[in-house]
Parts: sequence; C-alpha cells; structure tokens
Amino acid sequence: MSARLGCIMLVHSALERAAQVARFWAAAGSPVVIHVDARVPRAGYQHLTDALKDLPQVRFCRRYRCEWGTWSLVAAMQAASTDLLRDFPDVAHIYAASGACLPLRPIAELAQWLGRHPGTDFIESVNVADVNWTKGGLSEERFAFYFPVAFKRHKWLFDRLVDLQRRLGVRRELPEPLEPHIGSQWWCLTRETLSAILDDPSRKTYERYFRSTWIPDESYFQTLARLYAHRIESRSLTLGKFDHQGRPHVFYDDHLQLLRRSNCFVARKIWPGAERLYRHFLAPQEGALSQAEPQPSRIDRHFARATLQRVRGRPGLYMASRFPVKDRENGKTAEPYSVFQGFTEVFEDFEGWLAAVANCRVHGHLFAPHKAEFAGRGKVFAGGLSDNATLRDYNPRAFLTNLLWATRGERQCFQFGPADTTGLRHDLLWFMATDSNAQISVITGAWAVPLSRADGDMGAIRREAARLQRIETEMLEILRSPWVRARVRIWTLAEFLENPGEPLHTLFDEIAPHQQARLIRIPELVDLSDFGGFLQELRNRGMQPVLMGDFPMNPPRPDRIKV
Amino acid sequence: MGLWSSYRLRWMRKRWKIRAFLKRRELRAVTDRTASLRPDSLLLFCTLRNERARLPFFLKYYRDLGVEHFLFVENGSDDGSCEYLAAQPDTSVWTTDASYRDARFGMDWVNGLLARHGHGRWALVVDVDEFFIYPYHDTRPLRALTDWLEGLGIRSFGTLLLDMYPKGPVAAHPCIEGQNPLEVAPWFDSANYTMSRNSRLRNLWIQGGARARVFFADRPQDAPALNKIPLVKWHRDYAYVSSTHMLLPRGLNLVYDRVGGEKTSGCLLHAKFLATLDEKAREEVARGEHYGNSREYLAYHAEAEADLWCKWSERFINWRQLEIMGLMSKGNWA
Repeated sequence: MSARLGCIMLVHSALERAAQVARFWAAAGSPVVIHVDARVPRAGYQHLTDALKDLPQVRFCRRYRCEWGTWSLVAAMQAASTDLLRDFPDVAHIYAASGACLPLRPIAELAQWLGRHPGTDFIESVNVADVNWTKGGLSEERFAFYFPVAFKRHKWLFDRLVDLQRRLGVRRELPEPLEPHIGSQWWCLTRETLSAILDDPSRKTYERYFRSTWIPDESYFQTLARLYAHRIESRSLTLGKFDHQGRPHVFYDDHLQLLRRSNCFVARKIWPGAERLYRHFLAPQEGALSQAEPQPSRIDRHFARATLQRVRGRPGLYMASRFPVKDRENGKTAEPYSVFQGFTEVFEDFEGWLAAVANCRVHGHLFAPHKAEFAGRGKVFAGGLSDNATLRDYNPRAFLTNLLWATRGERQCFQFGPADTTGLRHDLLWFMATDSNAQISVITGAWAVPLSRADGDMGAIRREAARLQRIETEMLEILRSPWVRARVRIWTLAEFLENPGEPLHTLFDEIAPHQQARLIRIPELVDLSDFGGFLQELRNRGMQPVLMGDFPMNPPRPDRIKV
Repeated sequence: MGLWSSYRLRWMRKRWKIRAFLKRRELRAVTDRTASLRPDSLLLFCTLRNERARLPFFLKYYRDLGVEHFLFVENGSDDGSCEYLAAQPDTSVWTTDASYRDARFGMDWVNGLLARHGHGRWALVVDVDEFFIYPYHDTRPLRALTDWLEGLGIRSFGTLLLDMYPKGPVAAHPCIEGQNPLEVAPWFDSANYTMSRNSRLRNLWIQGGARARVFFADRPQDAPALNKIPLVKWHRDYAYVSSTHMLLPRGLNLVYDRVGGEKTSGCLLHAKFLATLDEKAREEVARGEHYGNSREYLAYHAEAEADLWCKWSERFINWRQLEIMGLMSKGNWA
C-alpha cells in the first residue's frame, strides 16, 4: 500500500511549465501547494492560478519575495508545507520541488517506492565539518557569521562584511542542541518529521539564528531533520548536478535518453524550452508500475566529465577558448614525443631504420632552416601544417603543439640540432625541455660529422663549426637546468660511439615498450675514419672542439657493432 | 597597465561611440520594424553589399537557429539585395552609399544600431558568409545558449573563424542561390592555428588556417585574424573595436580560460571561398574599400585560381567533429 504523497513547489519563472508539472502531480492524486515568488507580476500570477483553478488539490500559499541565498526561500517552504499539512491530513510524504523540476516517472511509482521505505526521510544532510563541496569558500563560515545582505544584489558589501567578520573573529553560537548540517534543498520528508520541525517549541529561536546565516535553504531543514527523523537517507531523490561554481546543470531535449535510463524520479533543472522532455515525461503512462531503483551514476559521470573539461581542459590544446598561461597548461603538449639530436649524423639512414622498427611517425629536422622536413617530405602535414619555414618560425611552439595535437594516437619522432630553429632565446627548446611529454636524446658534437665530409672552404667550415658549437653549448645549459621536466639523455660523441647499441636499446624500449628491442639490429654507423683528422684540423685553425668528448685521432674501426 | 591604460581605453571606447553616433546620419531606414521587438528578442546585425545570391540561405539558416529579428546595413548594392531584404517579414534595413572604409569597415554603422536596438538584448553580429555554430546547435536553439550564458552571468561568447573551401579551384565551384554554401565548400584545416594574447585589449589574436597556409606563407604576420566574438549580451556602453575581433570594455574579450580549462565556444564557418569570389575580389580591389588597403583581397585576386585543398584537409561533418578536433569546446555545457 503506497502512502499518499504531496508536493510543495517553489516557482519564480517559466510559469507555464510549472503549471504543466503541477497538473501532472495533481492528476496522480497528489496535492500540490505552490509558492509563487512575490516578484512575479500580478498578471503572471493571475494567469497561473486561472490555468490551475479546475484542480481542487492545487493550492497557492502566501507569497514571499525570494532572493537567492536568503531566508525568504525557507519562509516560502515553511508556508507551503504548513498549508499542505493542514489542508491534506492524509498526506504521508512531502516532496519539495521547484518549478524547473520535472518528474521522470509516474508519481504513483514514487509513492509506491516511498511506501517501501516507511518512516524514512530522504534529505541530503552532511555535517559541515565533513563537507568539501561547498562552493565559494564558505562552509563553516555560513554558520559562524552574520549575513544581513543578499549576495546577488550587494556583492561588494557582502564580501566586505565577510572580510570584516573574518578579521574580527566573529563566531556565532549555534542554539543548542543543533549541529550544523547542509545539503540539497530538494528533500522528501515524512509528515512526522516535517510537522515536528514546524511545530518545534523553539522554532522562533532557531529561526532567529538561521535568518542571518548564509543559504539557510540548504541548512535549515537539513539541520533540524537531524533532531526529529527516525531514519535519514542522506541523499536527494531529485536528480540535480552542480558545476564547479555550484550552479545547476541544465537538461535539454538531447538528454532524453540519459534521463529516461537514469530511473530517477525527478530531475532539475529543465530548460523551459525543452519541449520534447516535457512532452515525453508528462505524457500519461500506461502499464504496470516499474520497481526500478534510481541509477543516477551515468548522468553523474556525464556531467563530471563536462566539469573536468571546463576546469582542466584537454592537455596540449590551444584554441579560441583555452589559452593557458605558462605552467598552467595541465600538459604542455598532447602526447609523448621523441626528439633526436645528432643521430642522423652518426647513423646511416637513422630515420628509415627507426620508422621501420618502431611503430611511430619519424620526421627529419622539423625545424630545419629551409623547411620543415615532414616524414615523406610532403609539403603539408596533419592538421594542414605547411612545410614553409617562414610560416613555421612565426610561432614554432604552436607548430609543435599543433603537430602533436593533430597526430594524437601516433607517436611523433623528429630530428633536432643546433642548426635548427630553436625559437627566440631558445624558447622552443625551453618549451620542450620543460614538457614532461618530451624525450630528448642528444649526442653532443655530432653536428660536426657532416661538416667533416663537406667540401669547400675550410675557413667557412671552421666558422660554421664554431657557431654550432656555441649554440649547442647554450642548448645543453638549458637541457641541464633544474627546471627540466623532459626525459633528457646526453652523450658526447666519443662516449656514444664506444657502445652505440646500449643507448639505442634504452631509447627504443621507451618509444615502443612492447617490442623486443634486444632482437633488433641497430643501424649502420657512418664512416668516421677521417673524423679525428677533421677535429685536429679545426684545432690547427684555432678552434677548440670540445663537445665531441675525447675523440681519438685514429679511432679503432669497429667492423661490427656488438649487440 | 593599470589606471592610466584603463583611462585611455575608456576614451577609445567613447571615441568609437561618438563616431557611431555621428555615422548614424549616413544611414537611411528602408524598413524599420524595430518597434515590434520584445525586450528579449534575439537579434542579428549584418552589413552587406551585393550579396543577393547568398541571402535566402543566410536568412533560413539563422531563422532555423532561432534569430528573431535581422538588422541589416546595406551599403550601395545594385543587385536587388536591398529590396529583397526589405520584403522579408522579420528584417529592418538601413541603406547608405557612404564609404565602407570611412565607417571603419561598417563597424561604426553596426555600433550605432547596436547602441540603439541592442541594449539589454543578445545580439549576433556576422557577415553574410559567416555561419555560427555552437555546441549542440543541432538540438538546442540559440535561446538555450543565451539563457545558459545569462544564468552564469557570461556576457560574450567567443568563436574561431573557420575558413571553408571547395576541393579544386575556387572558381570551379559555383554556389546556386538558396544552396547551402557548406555543401560546395565543406573543407577546412584542422590544426594549423597560432595564437597570441593582446595584452592591451586582452583578446586572443588567432591566425592560420587555409588562408595563412596558401596566401600568407611568406608574410604570416599579415594573415587575417580569426578570433571573433559575435554573440554579446549588448549594453549601450559597449563598442566593437575592429570588426567583431574585439570589444570594449575589454573584459568582454575574455572568452578564453587562462588556467588550463576550456570555456564553451563555437565556430563561425566562413564560406568565403565560393565562385562569386573572383568577381567580388575584382570589384573590391577596384573600390579599395577593405581593411589594410585591401591587401587580403589583392592576395586572393592574384591567386583566384588557387586550390586550397590538400590531402590533410578535413571535410566538415558536424559540430561534434569540430569539438573533438579542439576547434570549439563544449566547456561545461553538457
């Protein structure tokens, strides 16, 4: 046997929708007492009462001017509850709803469900000491300070008063034996509990206290219910999600399936223009009553994802509505990538080898001075990136973040070096060095290998060698700075050549962790027999090549690299 | 930055307001139905010249979206645009033969109309070749968006101007009257946009896309700005500064999040590259009436036969595709 259920409804806008919903409650035999905000113009109010005057079980209570966050909302609920309890003595449960609430299941199913939970009050009621979800920084202070002005109309004064009371150390005493609890104002209480709250001999004392707390509609009933309820289920039967700023998410036509599958009884808040939702859920339903339990978790996840996107965003995305300042990017780039400096210079066809053995996209020198060397050397690459060097160097950082964003799901590897664009004051390199997605591997001094084999004026070559050495020295300083977050590995050329297999395998394990790196043949080294002589020639011309390490004048020629 | 710069921006805003006020005299009302506007009417403001062929689809698109009244400034058309618009039931049309450039590319006229009719209402300011999309535009009308923004106290809504183009030479793809231009030019570049922040007006400056890739590769600093703020809950003290790229007061330009989150944003699909372009570009170059001595138009003129399509071009499907690509964002509007 299901107990009779009554509804109190707070209405301030979208009056036609409220009328529709009230009619739905009434059609199921549930009495409704409507509180209409006193700010609603007379004509609108008249229209609403006229529209519902054929329904004897729909009543209107005394009207208060409602202002968000103030006592007026509690006063409105008290007035509506008092009328409901007085006029409909057979009502056993009272459901608090707003005009923007929409029942998702027949009222009879809700009544039956409540009948299976006799003597239980469904009211979210959390001890303030344990709350971490209040928005706006006020939780315990809601109860400790005085809030004489409404936040929405007097923001400045409101904030100053809070500041002042903080400074003065104001601490109001809660009347005994109350313990402050807060929670959603959309509750469903039993007649016993609600009557006990309204008829409490100390009601005047409590009211005087709550009148000047902050958002009492989320604390008055929630606190007092703890005094009188036999059994509290601390949750709201009204499905309503709040965003990171504590504002309710709104439901639209496209949420129909989500709402339907949730099996929740009531949802808020509904956009008044959501014609499809109102039509679907307020249509008379035939058939047996469902006994399904409410399952709000899917909707919870849906909105939690949205809030996360608003607050954290997608890592590595820079766009018209997301442009994080430095160090607030939540991920400077979209995905891990590898930067190789000096490898193409030391190995024959390093790019081809890497592309063949690892499942990733291997570019040449993306930041080469003449053009971006995309894999396959196309003129355009993913996302519409052009290989034009001027366009790329207009904003090299954006070039990199765009490339990584456009190729999500495929690891990018590219060659880098001191001859390449490193950005204004190396800002591109700084960006990569401080990016935890970057894997940067450097063989220092390897840039000299192609020079050693270049034809032409030795004076010009020496000048170029000195320039590259200066730049690479600056780069190494950055890569060794304490702010580095990339995975940086640095070898001198001499060090690397002693055993090239080992570092290659380590890198390979990181790029393609599931492949058997040990079984893979490493690529051929370029011929370095004349390199020692070249370095000596540079020295003879007054330069001091240091970045190669202690490279022997006549290196032992490895016939075969040991693996 | 600080008081001094705020003070100067204040005067800059006043200057644009005064200009707009003076330029009002250049406009002559053809049909003025603004008396029928409700306090919450959704308005669209647009300046145009000789766009007759594009108008039927343009009006249909925005009516379907939920725009309730159109306010047009018609600048010296001789193709019947003016008469066509005046005959529509939900338009108000003003006409002028004055110089487009002297009116700061039409912005003075629009600022004037906004001040007079936009105050307290949501206003969408677009060109005839710009199609506004926002998250869920296929299931939620424009009013759902403005209601939501209003509920959060947000006054302006940002977009990326996304250049759309056909496959093959632009001139080879005529768009017939009433046809959806996006059927003819459905392609776009998905991830070659660069941005920086204008510290004075606090707006983002976005460049890139197909235009930068093809026409401005060797002088990227001249590539057109793609940041637009077309939807604003207007107040009579506001003013657009340069096209719809930025506004004053500058707080309206903060349509982006700076600490890693994503604000809700949309796109303006820019169906500029259609067969009418060639003729149009010739005409505009002759008039010399466009921004930066028409350098954009000169560039297009020179490469009228250009093919903007490449194998990495993306074909437009719907807003969800753009959302996944990060060209717009749902933010927390789920």
